Amino acid sequence: MTQVKMTVNGKAASGDVEGRTLLSQFLRDDLGLTGTHVGCDTSQCGACVVHVNGEAVKSCTMLAVEAEGAEVATIEGQANADGSLNAIQQAFQDHHGLQCGFCTPGMVMSAAALLKENPKPTEADVRHYLDGNICRCTGYHNIVKAIMAASGQDVSAIAAE
Amino acid sequence: MPKDGGIGASSKRREDVRFLTGAGNYTDDMNMWGQAHVFFLRSDVAHGTLTNVDTSAAAEMPGVVQIFTGADFEEVGSIPCGWQVTDKHGEPMQEPRHPVLAHGKVRHVGEPIAAVVAETLEQARDAAEAISVDIDELPAVVNMKEAVQDGAPKVHDDLTSNLCYDWGFVEENKDAVNKAFDEAAHVTTLELVNNRLVANPMEPRVAIGDYSRAGDEHTLYTTSQNPHVIRLLMGAFVLGIPEHKLRVVSPDVGGGFGTKIFHYQEEAFCTFAAKACNRPVKWTSSRTEAFMSDAHGRDHVTKIELALDADNNFTALRTDTYANMGAYLSTFAPSVPTWLHGTLMAGNYKTPLIYVNVKAVFTNTVPVDAYRGAGRPEASFQLERLVDKAAHELEVDPIALRRQNFITEFPYATPVAVEYDTGDYNATMDKLEEMADLSGFDARRKASEAKGRLRGFGVNCYIEACGIAPSNLVGQLGARAGLYESATVRVNATGGLVVMTGSHSHGQGHETSFAQVVADMIGIDEGMVEIVHGDTSKVPMGMGTYGSRSLAVGGSAMVRATEKIIAKAKKIAAHLMEASEADIELKDGAFSVAGTDKSVAWGDVTLAAYVPHNYPLEDVEPGLEETAFYDPSNFTYPSGAYACEVELDPDTGEVKIERFLAADDFGNVVNPMIVTGQVHGGLAQGIGQALLENCAYDSDGQLLSGSYMDYAMPRASDLPFYEVDHSCQTPCTHNPLGVKGCGEAGAIGSPPAVVNAVLDAMRSGGKDVGHIDMPVTPARVWAAMNG
Repeated sequence: MTQVKMTVNGKAASGDVEGRTLLSQFLRDDLGLTGTHVGCDTSQCGACVVHVNGEAVKSCTMLAVEAEGAEVATIEGQANADGSLNAIQQAFQDHHGLQCGFCTPGMVMSAAALLKENPKPTEADVRHYLDGNICRCTGYHNIVKAIMAASGQDVSAIAAE
Repeated sequence: MPKDGGIGASSKRREDVRFLTGAGNYTDDMNMWGQAHVFFLRSDVAHGTLTNVDTSAAAEMPGVVQIFTGADFEEVGSIPCGWQVTDKHGEPMQEPRHPVLAHGKVRHVGEPIAAVVAETLEQARDAAEAISVDIDELPAVVNMKEAVQDGAPKVHDDLTSNLCYDWGFVEENKDAVNKAFDEAAHVTTLELVNNRLVANPMEPRVAIGDYSRAGDEHTLYTTSQNPHVIRLLMGAFVLGIPEHKLRVVSPDVGGGFGTKIFHYQEEAFCTFAAKACNRPVKWTSSRTEAFMSDAHGRDHVTKIELALDADNNFTALRTDTYANMGAYLSTFAPSVPTWLHGTLMAGNYKTPLIYVNVKAVFTNTVPVDAYRGAGRPEASFQLERLVDKAAHELEVDPIALRRQNFITEFPYATPVAVEYDTGDYNATMDKLEEMADLSGFDARRKASEAKGRLRGFGVNCYIEACGIAPSNLVGQLGARAGLYESATVRVNATGGLVVMTGSHSHGQGHETSFAQVVADMIGIDEGMVEIVHGDTSKVPMGMGTYGSRSLAVGGSAMVRATEKIIAKAKKIAAHLMEASEADIELKDGAFSVAGTDKSVAWGDVTLAAYVPHNYPLEDVEPGLEETAFYDPSNFTYPSGAYACEVELDPDTGEVKIERFLAADDFGNVVNPMIVTGQVHGGLAQGIGQALLENCAYDSDGQLLSGSYMDYAMPRASDLPFYEVDHSCQTPCTHNPLGVKGCGEAGAIGSPPAVVNAVLDAMRSGGKDVGHIDMPVTPARVWAAMNG
């Protein structure tokens, strides 16, 4: 077992892990941050996306020990300080961008990373960026719309809700 | 003006807040004190005799609590099948034993052979690698037509063959149907495959068994669409646990699409092992395990023929289908190709004579059962491809041929035993044509051609049957369950309500839309209504969510229970206002006496019910809580018209969906936003079936598409913005809300439109291939274009 220390959602976090423990397992099982979901075992689905040092990372693709000393952000730390939904989360609710909710944390974390590097993405930009996030419920229509809305674009003309 | 609350309003979903903040409570998020973890050692061969399973070395591995094999389950019941189909000779289907852990033989890749319970999942997995399994491999049967030939290897040695049943429907019509074909002016024939799919809810299945020695009480936490059904099947037929000693909880469930209806071995194992090990036992499926243990969907091979008279009227239809059951009968598997498929073969058309033959076949593959649409997509695909093919053979407009043969008068009794209560197929087709901008299609086609692409337009109709019922009918058809739904409405003293529904929400937003209905009936704020589901210890016996039944059946139960609440509340209000009960009116959350200014608030009445100081105790019991069980008198029949416009690259065979249009008739709609979202999701799954998804086995029964690396899930860039309309509304005539169901429509209605559009594009490039099987991959299109 190896001790790892990192900062998660602005708070110091540590634990003893095996070398093979994935960051996703550490977050869920050791820290109890179960908002990060695991939907596959081939790093395809993106339900486990978190931010590591500001970059979107599939936490099932990274060992916990690799995150030693890192700044990790998860879905649990995304809401505004007063507990209200942040702009991306609010857009997902407003535009019905989620159904069962399982892929949602990864979608929100990916969306945040996208908007950081591309503040006004086109529809094609959003669809391309979400290649690593699978949703089985929504058909993506309202996810794409929500992300574009969260970027401040007027989506009312895109397609009916 | 859009409504801002109640029935008809696009209320934002209250469940979203917890899902968007990581505060959802999915089964894998739950951990029990002292829990152990189980890893299942699964067969890596499709068919073989288990000669030895040696667990002795594994048992000595670190952290191992106990190892189980098939021998430990010899005294335990078989995983039951919930539907018995009677074949065309009046004989019951062949029904094999389905063990919790394989015993004697393995019959598909992924069948569990042994289960290691250990302190950690890693230790369980490590120990499983140390189990020595000897299997004498047997030839596998994968192809259905080969499986039913004489001398084919048998999946189950104790059955007479691999034929589960040979079903004829309606057998008495067969001769008349054949005669109509003999007399037809034109016959169109189509042979096709409805590809095998994997449902793939994003949350893999999870089961946690827990046991309390103090009360001899079992609890199973599971990712189920219908916890009461699991409690009944597992308790009564597998483990012999009476229902009052067994609680089944399905908390937040991350999508189901049918595959989480069924009772699975892992649920029974964890419940059994929790008692055997005297500690909670948790199993979380990996995606790899999901591909080889979740029930698959579709997998039909069909020949279908349509007879037409000289005026292009449909005179008869006959079909010959092979339906894959896989190696065992999953919970509702036998019903899918029969009562959920044969009964829909009339589609939207007044074809007077229909005969459907279905041969259900055992193969060495994962069991096949209901997947979003379940039988109805298979019916819709073959029928709507066939009608399109007939139109092209006869050189008539595909839309006109459909319209000519539409059913236009309701109620309409089809020749396949169902009665459509209401519908307006011309109205949805009118709406579709309006949305489609058909007059602009030539210009769009020319623009595509200028880029070196071919453009195609395809259309189809669909009809589906939702809210399968009534129970006494489905019992005659072979269901071993009732198909009612339950609701308890509990009003608290201060006026808030808790509704306990037997329906289950796993993405459908019931917590929001069900609250809208009850709030609307009473005239109070939606926030005063809480919806509880998914726990057999809280909710009355209910049948769960599948077959687009929740609002039509579960919602109706809730309406009935709320009506009882209102009736009792009026008695109390009458007493408080010293008026006649007949004069009491309820509006906007207040009771008034007709023709007077007397009024009492909802909260005054609810408080009186629980603090009955001034109360008609001699006439009315205190309290305000009512339960209703609702058993519908008929199915509901949503319908619609869909269209797809594709652009095809003849150099690569790539097909791109340019537009997808859906005009649906769902009857009345409670939350338009949620309904539209349900259609979007269904469309994505239907387009996925048409273009991308295929669950493939090789001839040895090895699963070739066992992960997201090789099973093509639709991604955001594969799909367009959809154009969806549900303004055509012919309310259901037999349920109190006039609702029909919307969950499966998109998956049922979309595959034929896509394939029809692809074939149209190919024809525009000078290639008329008649048919192309799904998934319409670039390789298939290129081969067809260049064949």
